Amino acid sequence: MKVRRPKLTLLDRLYLPQILAGMWRTLKHIPRKKFTRQYPEEKFKLLGKYRGAPTLVRNQAGQVKCVSCQLCEFVCPPKAIRVLPGRRDDSAPAEARIEKEPEDFIIDMTRCIYCGQCEEVCPEQAIFLKQDFAVTGYKRSELEFHKDKLLELGGIHDDPICKWKKK
Amino acid sequence: MSVENVNLTIDGRAVQAAVGTNLIEAARLAGIEIPHFCYHPKLAIAGNCRMCLVEVGLPQLGPDRKPVLDAQGQPRVNFGPKLIIACNTTVSEGMVVLTRTPRVIKARRGVMEFLLINHPLDCPICDQAGECRLQELAVDYGQGCSRFVEEKEHKPKRVVLNEKITLDDERCILCSRCIRFMRDVAGQDCLGFVKRGSRSTLASYPGREPATNYDLNIVDLCPVGALTSTDFRFRQRVWFLKETASICPHCATGCNTTIWSREGVVYRQTPRDNAAINQCWMCDYGRLNYKFINDPDRLTAPQLGRQDATWADAIAHVAERLAAVRAAGSKIAGLGSACATTEELFLFAKLFQALESGLLDSVPRTDIADNFLLNADRNPNMRGAQLAGVAANPPGSRIAEIAAGIERGEIKALLVLGEDAVAAGLRAELLAKLDLLVVLDILPGATTDAAHVVLPGVSFAEKGGTFINAKGRVQKINPALAAPGQARPEWEILRNLLAAVSKAWKKPAPDFPSLGKVFAALADETPALKGWTWEDIGSEGRDL
Repeated sequence: MKVRRPKLTLLDRLYLPQILAGMWRTLKHIPRKKFTRQYPEEKFKLLGKYRGAPTLVRNQAGQVKCVSCQLCEFVCPPKAIRVLPGRRDDSAPAEARIEKEPEDFIIDMTRCIYCGQCEEVCPEQAIFLKQDFAVTGYKRSELEFHKDKLLELGGIHDDPICKWKKK
Repeated sequence: MSVENVNLTIDGRAVQAAVGTNLIEAARLAGIEIPHFCYHPKLAIAGNCRMCLVEVGLPQLGPDRKPVLDAQGQPRVNFGPKLIIACNTTVSEGMVVLTRTPRVIKARRGVMEFLLINHPLDCPICDQAGECRLQELAVDYGQGCSRFVEEKEHKPKRVVLNEKITLDDERCILCSRCIRFMRDVAGQDCLGFVKRGSRSTLASYPGREPATNYDLNIVDLCPVGALTSTDFRFRQRVWFLKETASICPHCATGCNTTIWSREGVVYRQTPRDNAAINQCWMCDYGRLNYKFINDPDRLTAPQLGRQDATWADAIAHVAERLAAVRAAGSKIAGLGSACATTEELFLFAKLFQALESGLLDSVPRTDIADNFLLNADRNPNMRGAQLAGVAANPPGSRIAEIAAGIERGEIKALLVLGEDAVAAGLRAELLAKLDLLVVLDILPGATTDAAHVVLPGVSFAEKGGTFINAKGRVQKINPALAAPGQARPEWEILRNLLAAVSKAWKKPAPDFPSLGKVFAALADETPALKGWTWEDIGSEGRDL
């Protein structure tokens, strides 16, 4: 098929009016407030409901809240979560009588779809989707988040109920 | 003695039940489930949970002891003023039972509310979650939230009852099933309740903890998560586990079991109901003896003289060497384990038929029997080994003959199927005299160390087949897991070996594309199994 070239007027062919119009647009924006960001150094401001990377949290006493009930593992649609259940040290102080704690808690971030079902299902409010959205790495193994990494991302989350304290 | 039946109506359904049947069992016949905690068909009736309350009406009898009829010509039924527990009420003629009336539902809700008052919210960490009667019935009869504002009663947690059982008293709903089991079935009256009212606590008599070989059955019996198996505690949630019907391979009783596995790992074994063998119990010795399946040392590749080889090379090498031994005029002996399935032993015997050698035996394993389930014969399939013609009569009587043959240099090749020949009396020095020692096994040992060819087999949880128990009941095992690495079910190895040997001898090679075909050939050649097919053996087995 042969494409016909559009017929250009003299002004079009001069080229200068287009250059000037473009420059005028640029000049117009120079005094205005800029809305580009220096990503990734400067992060986007997200809504509170934004669902980013899932993380594990500790309570105010510094204990891991997860009791490895594995409901998140069960509910996870892409099967990204893997929990290795473990037993908590019996010699811990009275308020630490939680009995169960994950030996390891693995979230494969190459599989996670950030759906938030793990947070929804957690009976201990131990898993929260934080606002980290750019999960990157040079190797696949770097994107397999283990318990320590997840706890570091999650930080402390105040527990108003402290169910286990009443044991 | 014929059993007399009576007619009754349960929720409008006509039911015929034998005299003496209780209402829970009668309702089960009609397909109606009456919720209960303390009742168990194999235990004495305690009637303490009050969950099975139902409305029971009896026909009004006139002075002539005949039912009084109403205007419609139907018998007039008088309902009692109170609800009655179904577990301790037996059926009678003309009885009318109502299990789903508002009164009954209200009573059950009341019972559930009381049971849940002191029950801890442990479901996230409780091993019973997912198979907990209290959890299930709380869905049906529980309330959304508790009205109980007082302090909950706290009882001891993590009580070590014995080395096998950990008790969580807070979760106990005081059904007393465990007490009745230990007293009536296990024969050690050691558990009981101490304290009173809401402080009632299950405890063992001081200094007399449960010490029978059947303790772990109380973990199965416990309707809640109070009694937990220390072995299984916190290891995996039950809803992830795959159930596979199997047979316990640790004695000649052949208890029916369920293997609970996930992703190639066995987590526990539990008994499976079979009224003819083990009812619903199994012994702890068999139950806990499964760790070898997931042993990291498992043999996973065929070895030719310590070097890993391919299956084709290994099978061809064995067939060639066996031919060389026979050509030299030496004898070939075989040791077939009675822990192998009947099909494997049949193929093993067939292989020796093809080799024209009949020096075969199995190793007897006897230990102390108890008077309940554990048999003195610790081989699960000695009857099968005898039927297949592998075991001598009595078993093990030809081992000395084999040893003498090797000593004299008459026997130059030995095939060992799943057995430790060194432990059976063929010392390592004897084995060193052989030209060819082929071992099919799952774990390395003294015999595999001495072997020229090691062929990795699989455990009972990774293959199908049949075991024939001491009483002559043929029962099936089913594969629960995939075989590790290149390991293969022994019947496949033996079939390939048989085909290779037949080819070397220029004989017609029998073709066994499936286990069912092996069984068909076995049934065809064994008078006791004449006419049997693989499908004939149901999940509960079939008597010879």
